Amino acid sequence: MSTPVQARTGAMAAAWLLFRRDMRLAMRRWEQIADPLVFFLMITTLFPLALSPELSLLRNVAPGVLWVAALLSSLLAADTLLKSDAADGTLEQCILSGQPLTLLLLAKTLAHWVLSGLPLVLVAPLVAVALGVPATALGVVMAGLLMGTMTLSLLGAIGAALTLGLRRGHLLLSLLVLPLAMPLLIFGARSTELAIAGENASGPLYLVAALMVLALTLAPLTTAAAARIGVE
Amino acid sequence: MQLWRGERHVLRGVSFAVQAGQALHVCGPNGAGKTTLLRVACGLLHPEEGSVSWNGADIRASGSGFLASLAYLGHEPALKGDLTAAENLAFDIGLRHAVDAPQVAATLADLGVADCADLPCRVLSAGQRRRVALSRILLTGAQLWILDEPFTNLDAASCERISAALAQHLARGGLALVAAHQGLNLQAGSVARLELQ
Repeated sequence: MSTPVQARTGAMAAAWLLFRRDMRLAMRRWEQIADPLVFFLMITTLFPLALSPELSLLRNVAPGVLWVAALLSSLLAADTLLKSDAADGTLEQCILSGQPLTLLLLAKTLAHWVLSGLPLVLVAPLVAVALGVPATALGVVMAGLLMGTMTLSLLGAIGAALTLGLRRGHLLLSLLVLPLAMPLLIFGARSTELAIAGENASGPLYLVAALMVLALTLAPLTTAAAARIGVE
Repeated sequence: MQLWRGERHVLRGVSFAVQAGQALHVCGPNGAGKTTLLRVACGLLHPEEGSVSWNGADIRASGSGFLASLAYLGHEPALKGDLTAAENLAFDIGLRHAVDAPQVAATLADLGVADCADLPCRVLSAGQRRRVALSRILLTGAQLWILDEPFTNLDAASCERISAALAQHLARGGLALVAAHQGLNLQAGSVARLELQ
């Protein structure tokens, strides 16, 4: 046994393994997935009740409501991203597995996005229609939220890793992530606004896409560095 | 090696070397820094002064080469409560190298927890979880074992099984760092003691 002859698992295979494990875990504890989705639905359905059922008014606030709700529910979900892995020691074992931690945490973040961000994107058309968004704008709403929630998951992972060692890090996590998410909120809401007005929304959408690419490239590196410090 | 944790000077002038086929028994009272020392040896913590070397190279420089030959058992068993013991091991070992189900089952049986293989880990007792976590150490096939209190929560028979596995590991030219309150039941020549104050 002390002479390992087995071939090492490749980095991509290890990341895929972690992704599948998180999916399997989520299937056994689905209420965790439901939380951010229910939160998103709650915020977006409360607005028409509190504001006014008049569609023309709702249509004006729809971009803000959709994007703020997505941002808040992503923050809510981010708190759970690394917490259980850090608490039960599996994060340490991932660090000690010899696999690139950046890739493992990227896989973990993507799994987290599939479970918490993607459901939001899928229910977004329903919510948007309820807020008076015309059907022609739904494509832009979904595309924007698809990239937006992905970016938010990646940013949330940084916050989750930075607050690993803290007992009540949730508030701090929000404070850390919110400023980073501001450009996304501005451009995301702007794209939806333009689409509702029937104008070309590609400008802000490209910016949202650029933010996503930036987050995809840099966030996993930052998350990995922060996680290493976090387990110390 | 020197290491501070906040205001506390935890490791003060600690130094050791372990040869192939040898185990280092780290002992000392609670809070003496046993866990800290083992975490430094794993590379999870960085000492303020001094270094850890593996085969003559600093572990921070050799990176994944060192980690590939390391198996670490921490305070927490690192098992997911919602996964079965077999699933947990398949994932943990799978991160390192290919492993097949019969191998996992055989190792679990060796440690007397074969019937736990298909149970979610949250229903296992602390001792059973410990033994599943120790199965991981055996399955990694790593040359260096770093075990933090491996005998906690174990009954006498399991302690003997672990000691036997440890002796076998050393006989094959493996190394081990073990933090334990009780003595290690090994051949006199193969154990060095490191007493932390």
